[in-house]
Amino acid sequence: MVKKEMIAMLLAGGQGSRLGVLTSKMAKPAVAFGGKYRIIDFPLSNCINSGIDTVGVLTQYQPLKLNTHIGIGIPWDLDRNIGGVTVLPPYEKSGESEWYTGTANAIFQNLEYMENYNPDYVLILSGDHIYKMDYEVMLDFHKESGSEVTIASMPVPIEEAKRFGIVITDENKKILDFEEKPENPRSNLASMGIYIFNWRVLKEALVSMADQPNLDFGKHVIPYCHGKGMPMYSYEFTGYWKDVGTLSSYWEANMELIDIVPEFNLYEEYWKIYTKSEVLPPQYIAADSVIERCIIGEGTEIYGKVYNSVIGCGVIIEEGTVVRDSIIMNQTKIGRNCTIDKAIIDEEVVIGDCVELGTLPEKENDTRPDIYNSGLVTIGERSVLPGHVKIGRNAVVSGETDAEDYPNGILDSGGTLIKAGE
Amino acid sequence: MRALGIVLAGGNSRRMGELSHKRAISAMPIAGSYRSIDFVLSNMSNSHIQKVAVITQYNSRSLHEHLSSSKWWDFGRKQGGLYTFTPTVTPDNSNWYRGTADSIYQNLVFLKRSHEPYVVIATGDCVYKLDYNKVLEYHIAKKADITIVVKDMPENAEIDRYGVVKMNDDCRIEQFEEKPMVAKSRTVSCGIYVIRRRQLIELIERSAEEGRYDLVQDILIRYKDLKRIYGYKLDSYWRNIASVEDYYGTNMDFLRRDICDYFFKQYPDVYSKVDDLPPAKYNPGSRVRNSLISSGCIINGTVENSVLFKEVFVGNNCTIKNSIILNDVYLGDNTHIENCIVESRDTIRANSHHVGEAGIKVVVEKNERYVL
Repeated sequence: MVKKEMIAMLLAGGQGSRLGVLTSKMAKPAVAFGGKYRIIDFPLSNCINSGIDTVGVLTQYQPLKLNTHIGIGIPWDLDRNIGGVTVLPPYEKSGESEWYTGTANAIFQNLEYMENYNPDYVLILSGDHIYKMDYEVMLDFHKESGSEVTIASMPVPIEEAKRFGIVITDENKKILDFEEKPENPRSNLASMGIYIFNWRVLKEALVSMADQPNLDFGKHVIPYCHGKGMPMYSYEFTGYWKDVGTLSSYWEANMELIDIVPEFNLYEEYWKIYTKSEVLPPQYIAADSVIERCIIGEGTEIYGKVYNSVIGCGVIIEEGTVVRDSIIMNQTKIGRNCTIDKAIIDEEVVIGDCVELGTLPEKENDTRPDIYNSGLVTIGERSVLPGHVKIGRNAVVSGETDAEDYPNGILDSGGTLIKAGE
Repeated sequence: MRALGIVLAGGNSRRMGELSHKRAISAMPIAGSYRSIDFVLSNMSNSHIQKVAVITQYNSRSLHEHLSSSKWWDFGRKQGGLYTFTPTVTPDNSNWYRGTADSIYQNLVFLKRSHEPYVVIATGDCVYKLDYNKVLEYHIAKKADITIVVKDMPENAEIDRYGVVKMNDDCRIEQFEEKPMVAKSRTVSCGIYVIRRRQLIELIERSAEEGRYDLVQDILIRYKDLKRIYGYKLDSYWRNIASVEDYYGTNMDFLRRDICDYFFKQYPDVYSKVDDLPPAKYNPGSRVRNSLISSGCIINGTVENSVLFKEVFVGNNCTIKNSIILNDVYLGDNTHIENCIVESRDTIRANSHHVGEAGIKVVVEKNERYVL
């Protein structure tokens, strides 16, 4: 009989709309990070490094990239005879069919998947954070404390606490109260969206609240369990944990990787992060190029000058081009004599010669200042930029553009140029 | 597929010097992220050969480690797959492989139980791309008994370490000499052969009965006037790595954009075992010119006209010129390396100075990495 002590359910169906055009064609967990990784690599690698070999990945929004990336789980050693990784999209049922309407609803719709493995514990994860964490240690804590539900939490500055679910604990880390995004937080312990449930508790809660619309862990399941008076504990985590939900936090987290000794160190032998490598050959650095404070992925060719940047795999940066403080993702090609300043350039973008990004004075974005801010230029996946154009700060470009899209060769700061269709 | 593959990866060459002290030649690291055998295995995979036997003997540990999973070359299959044959003791034989023909003879069961009509035999120490189906079609069109892939070598190449052939106008091989003192042509055997499986079994069995063990000397050369042996001319890049100079030169060739593009950008791909290493990191003080840098490297110094394999650490103020640094090497601060090959997993102490004066210097230095 199949028996797994703990299985993981990874929520990877969200759009992550605050990442703007980066998530217009892919779910947030599939967004590239740190030169060669995708965000979902971090929780998946944590799982296998913690000895969890059964992972259900719940997908819904734009899953193609995610499906291709995960495949049968070879990079994470999750290609298993029993267990391994399973992609779980919403499916049609004989009765009423629905999309995943909330985090807990998605798990509820896959009760059967979990049942197959006869688990004692279920680990709930989300696919949009950068961190290294040993879930086995969290499980040990869960067992020792006699907890029914354990919530991983970490201290955050009190002024930011109102953005999170907040747990209030006693000195034994037992949870006394739970508040979702409170106006006046009573503690600074923020929930990281990582939960360990005793399987029968999770199942009972999901079944009894099945009719709740938009069934959500933070809003419904956790308060339900709390209301029943079950022993719930907070597992305190103090390592590096980064939410990369906005363009500026995404940019910052990438830039932290190029510090001389980064706080989040990818170079440790211990706790490796795995990813699907499509490009194998080494990178080529030409005779006249300059590279300072960068990390660069496989197969990239650099003929220009690159400072303080994170460059992905298979990128080409031609002669005379100067790149500063930017993120350039896989397979992007940048022509000659360009100036790229503080830009996020998505995968497979083609940029012509003599293009300037981020050189004009800053202005607020005209359509979504809540997304496109911090002076960043954002270029969406597979965009094409013609030669000899200037694009200002807080501007966004997506799609195949040509010279006619740029009056006088300029897209001013704060401009939005999104071409629908391909 | 109409053919199965045999990769001869058991030999050693004195010309490799210290570099083959700890690994088989087929396991030599190439072009930053690959090992020599990846090229022949990728060629086989891309030629849709599904069943491949690798014959190993000399210093095979690192090769076996590299072949620990067959999935990287797409050989992880129910039909066919990747086999490795090492010498073994049986009730009627306790010999090592006494030669290339003997190594096939000792594994003849593999050939007898297969049903593919042809066999492609290739060595694991050459860097090239080739669709073996083209050779096979040529072999059939010529009604050949054996087809040997051959290459015209440039004037400056050391011909005397190859098998040298002379062909007639129809490309039938008339003369074949192994490592001649005076070569009669500039055409050399690339060590890639196509032959019918039954023909191979017959020739190998007959040689074994006569106590002859070498594929080239005792079969190709001995039978050249009796069997129809043809040469298939290879025009694209091909290089054997089995001497220190050629190993160095082959790696340096990859600094040329045309060669790098030919192998790594043009279809088909070359595959290798994937290591999970982070992107290469360039810290302040790094100054890299015309070099190949592999993943996992951390660079704080100057690197010029060099190939750095995986996970090389270059300390502050280092200068590396015209050199090959194999994987997992630690170079302490202020080190100067020029015209060298630095052996993998070496730890070079700070302030070291290594320069290859007359030729390429092979540096092997085992120091404690964390106690300096």
